Amino acid sequence: MYEFSRGPLVWIAFSVLFAGSIYRIVSTIILAKKDKVIWPYMKWGFSLRSLWHWIVPFGALNMRMRPAFTIISFTFHICLLLTPLLTLGHVALWKESWGVSWWSLPNTLSVMMTIIVICTALIFILRRIADPTVRLISSVSDFILVLLVAAPFVTGLMAHYQIFDYDMVIIIHMWTGAIWLGMIPFTRIAHMLYFPLTRAYMGCEFGYVRSAKDW
Amino acid sequence: MKETPESQVKDPGLDDAVKKLTPEKIQRAVQRVLTKECAARLKVYVDTCAHCGLCAEACHTYLSRDKDPMFSPVAKVKNTLWELVKRKGNVDGEAIRHMARIAFTECGACRRCSMYCPFGIDIAYLIMVVRRICSLLGVVPQYLQDTTNSHAATNNQMWVHQDEWIDTLQWQEEEAQFEIPTCRIPLEKEGADVMYSVIAPEPKILAQLLGNMAQIFTVVGEDWTMPATDGWDNSNMAMYSGDFEIMGRVERLHWETAARLKVKKIVMGECGHAFRGAVYDGPRWLGWQFPPIPMVHAIEYYYDLLKSGRIKVREKYKEHVTVQDPCNIVRGRGLGDKLRYVINALCENFTDVHPRYEHNYCCMAGGGTINCGPPWKRSRMVSNKVKAEQLKATGADIIITPCHNCHSGIEDIIGFYKLGMHVKFISEIMVEVMEIPEELKA
Ligand code: SF4
Ligand code: SF4
Repeated sequence: MYEFSRGPLVWIAFSVLFAGSIYRIVSTIILAKKDKVIWPYMKWGFSLRSLWHWIVPFGALNMRMRPAFTIISFTFHICLLLTPLLTLGHVALWKESWGVSWWSLPNTLSVMMTIIVICTALIFILRRIADPTVRLISSVSDFILVLLVAAPFVTGLMAHYQIFDYDMVIIIHMWTGAIWLGMIPFTRIAHMLYFPLTRAYMGCEFGYVRSAKDW
Repeated sequence: MKETPESQVKDPGLDDAVKKLTPEKIQRAVQRVLTKECAARLKVYVDTCAHCGLCAEACHTYLSRDKDPMFSPVAKVKNTLWELVKRKGNVDGEAIRHMARIAFTECGACRRCSMYCPFGIDIAYLIMVVRRICSLLGVVPQYLQDTTNSHAATNNQMWVHQDEWIDTLQWQEEEAQFEIPTCRIPLEKEGADVMYSVIAPEPKILAQLLGNMAQIFTVVGEDWTMPATDGWDNSNMAMYSGDFEIMGRVERLHWETAARLKVKKIVMGECGHAFRGAVYDGPRWLGWQFPPIPMVHAIEYYYDLLKSGRIKVREKYKEHVTVQDPCNIVRGRGLGDKLRYVINALCENFTDVHPRYEHNYCCMAGGGTINCGPPWKRSRMVSNKVKAEQLKATGADIIITPCHNCHSGIEDIIGFYKLGMHVKFISEIMVEVMEIPEELKA
């Protein structure tokens, strides 16, 4: 089991992630041609301008209006993306298999970032329940998705502290991680792929077409 | 479904129309719009929305109704389009009525929420998709449908006949001649520099605005004209009722009229939605990337006149004024700075609003909501609480509203919330304070 999870599973997960993402993005771009009012108005400058304002913390008015949520959301997303990439254990695995290596996070920082992901995910779930506006638009899948995203982090932490049977936990860790990666293109997590596209389009609709700001 | 004051409103355009629907009809219309008329945007917006609710705070209806979750932008889409997509159009007439109410009377298509959604999801567009489906099903608030019918039958929004149109222009020409004896409203002048175009409420109920403009054009010595034929009206309620075929026809005629007169540009009166229809929605429906002839909104024109000194101010306007940034020309054209330049050039005592520019609250009259008529007025007023508070906080006496929808909508707000303020178009103030050269004077 360990061997399978360590080898083919990772391959499958990454293939699904990359093939799926390419498929989603390319099919969207093709579909955008059918929606005739998109391409003629796309301009790099206005796209990047809008993206910049929405990628930088507090770059948009809405982020300044709710500072606490902005900080939570940014730390969640940053830790979510960087921790798996830069955790020592992961970097070591890459080196072992591919001979490539890069800078890795000090262990305590990795642990802290993992805890941050778990806590902020919890906050998201609580917010979904506590805030009537968000509750109304939440479906069961929204809750499942957050749990799914948090799962590899929980199991990673458990493995790190050797809680329960390490061998079993590490396998669950690999599987949840693989599921998480493979799910990106096919669930709401795809917002990660679409963000640059929708943002760029709105940036051009506001900036290029209407000479107005969209942040 | 929860009973609310809104769900009790009677409107034959919705109530009677849904009785004629069959499941097949509904499904056919929904499928047509979802699969043939919409493509990437619809799909990506539905897939991307993170259900985060960050757009809620953008919407004046949500804020005005003490953060009622049903009025957040995303909830409006959930209760309409998501439902249609999920059920592939398999919904009953009652559901369509409910969706029509949300799409026509509870969203002003102002696009403020797109500036608050991290993904820039165009909620107003999604709501327009719902309106389109309702329109294909013939489920449109009766008053709004009437304006669309008027566009279809007369090519203008208010059933104005050609003789009435010409008559009104001549009458206003005479009125303007009391101030400036040489004042003319030149009709059908081929090759003029400027075609001036207005929306139908001007000849119908606010004719003095035409006289004002004649004076302004005369003072600056503009080479201008107006059409004597259909095609003079640039308003477009079909754009908001979802009848895009009529919408396209109205816009095409308007541009063709300008082309026939061989004018160099169009200056359009102080209206927001008309600008949107003529410059964005119309050309796109007709397959043009941009309008064929340059068009400027009155604010841009006034700005040029004041900046270049073609209009000189005799004595600045004394009343305490504030401003309404109309969505369709400030969020929709970035004219916020020019608007303030014009106001400061004309007025002595100006207090700005907060929030302002692109972030200004919508007046909830544009987007076709005010045209849904008396049955929905109360609901619209309730959705306007933050707007009333915002205006009141300025302490001004006059609200400058360079848009017809804002003008009427804010007049309603002033009455409903007893603000004791007044609304004015820029041209009304301009004719009061501008210098009329001696040789032109009566
Ligand atoms: S009224 Fe404006 S802010 Fe509210 S949902 Fe509609 S477009 Fe968005
Ligand atoms: S802010 Fe955007 S992503 Fe979030 S719920 Fe609203 S429309 Fe959806």
